[in-house]
Amino acid sequence: MSLGYQPDSSPKSVQMPGKSVGTNPNKPDVKHPTPPVPQTRKPISASLAPMKPDKWSYDHARHLLWRAGFGGSAAQIETVQGWGPSKAVDHLLDFDAIPFEKVAPDTFDADIMRPLNAEERGDIAKARRMGDEDSVARLRAQRQEAERVDRQQMRKVQQWWLKRMIETPRPLEEKMTLFWHGHFATNYRTIEDSYHMFQQNQMFRTHAVGNFGKLLYEIIRDPAMIAYLDNNDSRKGKPNENLARELMELFSLGVGNYGENDIKEGARALTGYSFYDDEFTFQKQNHDDGGKAILGKAGKLDGDGFVTAILENPACPRFIAAKLYRFFVADRPTGRPHIDKPADAVVRELASSLVANRYELKPVLKRLFLSEHFYQPEIMREQIKSPAELVVGAVRSLDAPVRDLGTLTDAMNLMGQNIFYPPSVKGWDGGRSWINTATLFIRQNILCFLLTGKMPHGFDPLAKSEPFDATAFVRGLGDFKPGDTAAVTAALLRFNLGAAGDDNTRTVMDWFASRKNKLDDDTISGALLLITAMPEYQLC
Amino acid sequence: MDQFNFSGNVPMAYTRRSFLGHGLILASAAATVPAFISRSALGMNAAAATGVTSLSGVPQDRVLVVVQLAGGNDGLNTVVPFGDGAYYRARPSLAIPAKSVLKLGKNADFGLHPQLSGLNDLYDQGQLSVILGVGYPNPNRSHFKSMDIWHTADTTGTGTGWLGRYFDNDCGGKPTDLLGAPAQAPMGGISIGREAPLALKGAKAQPIGFESAELFQWLGKGVDDKLANPYDQVNRRGTSPGVDPTSSAGFLMRTALDAQISSDQIRKAVSQKPLVAYPGNELARQLAMVSSMIRAGVPTRVYYVTLGGFDTHAGQGGENGRHAQLMQQLGSSLKAFYADLKAQGNDTRVLTMSFSEFGRRVSQNASGGTDHGTAAPMFLAGPMVRPGIIGDQPSLTDLDAGDLKYKLDFRGIYAGVLGQWLKADASKVLEGSYRAVDIIGKT
Repeated sequence: MSLGYQPDSSPKSVQMPGKSVGTNPNKPDVKHPTPPVPQTRKPISASLAPMKPDKWSYDHARHLLWRAGFGGSAAQIETVQGWGPSKAVDHLLDFDAIPFEKVAPDTFDADIMRPLNAEERGDIAKARRMGDEDSVARLRAQRQEAERVDRQQMRKVQQWWLKRMIETPRPLEEKMTLFWHGHFATNYRTIEDSYHMFQQNQMFRTHAVGNFGKLLYEIIRDPAMIAYLDNNDSRKGKPNENLARELMELFSLGVGNYGENDIKEGARALTGYSFYDDEFTFQKQNHDDGGKAILGKAGKLDGDGFVTAILENPACPRFIAAKLYRFFVADRPTGRPHIDKPADAVVRELASSLVANRYELKPVLKRLFLSEHFYQPEIMREQIKSPAELVVGAVRSLDAPVRDLGTLTDAMNLMGQNIFYPPSVKGWDGGRSWINTATLFIRQNILCFLLTGKMPHGFDPLAKSEPFDATAFVRGLGDFKPGDTAAVTAALLRFNLGAAGDDNTRTVMDWFASRKNKLDDDTISGALLLITAMPEYQLC
Repeated sequence: MDQFNFSGNVPMAYTRRSFLGHGLILASAAATVPAFISRSALGMNAAAATGVTSLSGVPQDRVLVVVQLAGGNDGLNTVVPFGDGAYYRARPSLAIPAKSVLKLGKNADFGLHPQLSGLNDLYDQGQLSVILGVGYPNPNRSHFKSMDIWHTADTTGTGTGWLGRYFDNDCGGKPTDLLGAPAQAPMGGISIGREAPLALKGAKAQPIGFESAELFQWLGKGVDDKLANPYDQVNRRGTSPGVDPTSSAGFLMRTALDAQISSDQIRKAVSQKPLVAYPGNELARQLAMVSSMIRAGVPTRVYYVTLGGFDTHAGQGGENGRHAQLMQQLGSSLKAFYADLKAQGNDTRVLTMSFSEFGRRVSQNASGGTDHGTAAPMFLAGPMVRPGIIGDQPSLTDLDAGDLKYKLDFRGIYAGVLGQWLKADASKVLEGSYRAVDIIGKT
């Protein structure tokens, strides 16, 4: 709002030519029953073979749009359903073909936290030497002012990314950027340089569905990561082991797949990998170029040699496959053998696929998104939305007004996902850890804010001028006869929850009935408030 | 941003009957026992099993209340070194005249700000410890960074919050419900204020935060009150028939029920009138809420309140003025809080600890204020504290770039609070060994 953000002028939709909104020949089946809990638990399919296109349905299209992106509008689900699985997955993965605003390096000010130049350093040293307390205090105050301005810029970078997630016609690009941010978790609070965080974010975007190996060579050159894991202090004779350890433990191999000696030698290989201002620098004089043995590879290994040794280790593809699986498919283990065993098999298969494709991610993701396993009923509607998925998904799918980006990022923080501030180098735990009694109210209430502008003590001042158009939203779901609340209820539930459910159907129908079965902005908004407050709304 | 929790109507009263009245079969009823009820039961057993020794007269369910003085409280005008000429030389217009200082004992050469008479009363009753010269090595003078350092108990200011880690450790690794599915994260601390403080954020534990309790509920009821009943239908049903209780949907349905019960309980608790009159200020309002929640037995051990406004770079005042008003708020609120707790019979269960991210410079500046400094005193209040003075006043002349040199590392006080009061493994929670300061007086 104050940022001049115009939701109407933004390309919120995935570009999907050909279909017009308003008629929906593939309108959800109103009588879709809730399947009972199976009594005998047959293992679910572990097959990565493509699902049969003739089985492709509205629910599958909806599932793909949520998991490989941030949910789809009614029109988008319809389009993707019409396309069939193969075209749909290609569209999501080959996003380079879809034009979207390039990220310019001068999107943000690079110089707020620039290092002091020689003259400035001289001034400080002199003031210290002379015991000139006033000058020391003035320089300290300048530094504090720069830090304050930089924190403001960090807030802008947060909002910029959130806006990009909301507007992008290339949702998988931002989704994978979010994946890498959680994987190579770096916290602004430690490095206190918003521009480095922005640069890192853009680096993740560049390699979003590229090659994991390339990304790993990049990450040891990334100023934000180098600062975060103290590698700028690592020099020959006094190596700092932080980056070497996390590079193997959290970024590539996992605990138990390397020894303490690999960390020590790896740290030596990374000595001299530093940065100046906004750029990587290799400080030859600080680099230990002696012989090393890391993960069974011997030689005068440098940082690249270390990364190569990692990439050639069989634990690496397994580790990355498991992380991708958890992000896109399901938590594991769930404690339910009929799901866990097939899931393990799929992860093994994905790991082989990573090796066969030399860490190229696109073919691996393509196989996953097309697979029978990915569309098993036990896999669908079982993942808990991250705060980013919840907020971005709600705006994109419901076409809700954004209202205020700062409010949205603040709410995400309260829900446990403050982007650019992950809780530790491990990133976010995700899954059920997102949910507790406090975060659940915030999740329900941010939806209430998006739909109505409702704030704790009244409404957002712009609530009236930026209304959520409820009747237009329902028109997008299909053609309904006046007063056909049964059909509208079924469509709303299927669109928002993926399934109706007897309890939920009754609740929404009763709501409409209490309003004489009128279908207008108020009653439909009310129904959406109820639906988005249903426990199942947290799932995708 | 707890503005997302909320609005006005009193919900239908929750009863166990209404919850069981949904016709749940026995097996799913077991999985639907609200997690925090079963957790508090587990908590009791765990305390018994680990052989927590009791302080005589103190029940096991002890509570810690943290009072954060945000902005950097001026320690030298809080606990005033009136016996030191250097103090008066450094602060020609801000110093508190010796005759006004509330002297801590006959021979002490320092005492409390005259507006801290509430704290002075607690001191006279043996219910206050004044811990002098608290800080940490290489002090950081940025509000933001130094606050993080105090919250994380780590001098880089990174990682999880110290009280969050307390909950992570104390409440066990991964609790599971009766069907073996992971239960929700344990209930963390309760914070009154706009932001959930980092101190309460653990790897698993997440705080509940709200500015006022009527905000800890669904906002939609405030859009249309007719939505309240259908909302309750879907959020108080527990696991629906036909839903696999081990599935994510089952987990969410149970948590939704938990959330409604917590919300009812907290809002009901704070709707009770306190047993004594509180002064009309912001800190008192927050402490009155905490007191009500303690009285109602809300199942957490840590509450967190915040008083801001301590960043007194200009026009700080001395005996009277801006800082004096803050002192008045602090003293009068804490006094009322303990009177209320005593009337409830809960005072011996509650330890209160105040801190600020840093003190201020020894010398006043040209704007009649003080700039960011370093070491400062902390207060511990409650009938069980070791009363009196703990530690030594830092020198006003042997300074580090114009700032006091700290005498006690704050993590030693945290270690005392964790080990002696909360009976937790302090070195595990603090991720390091710090010599615990003896903070408990009565055994």
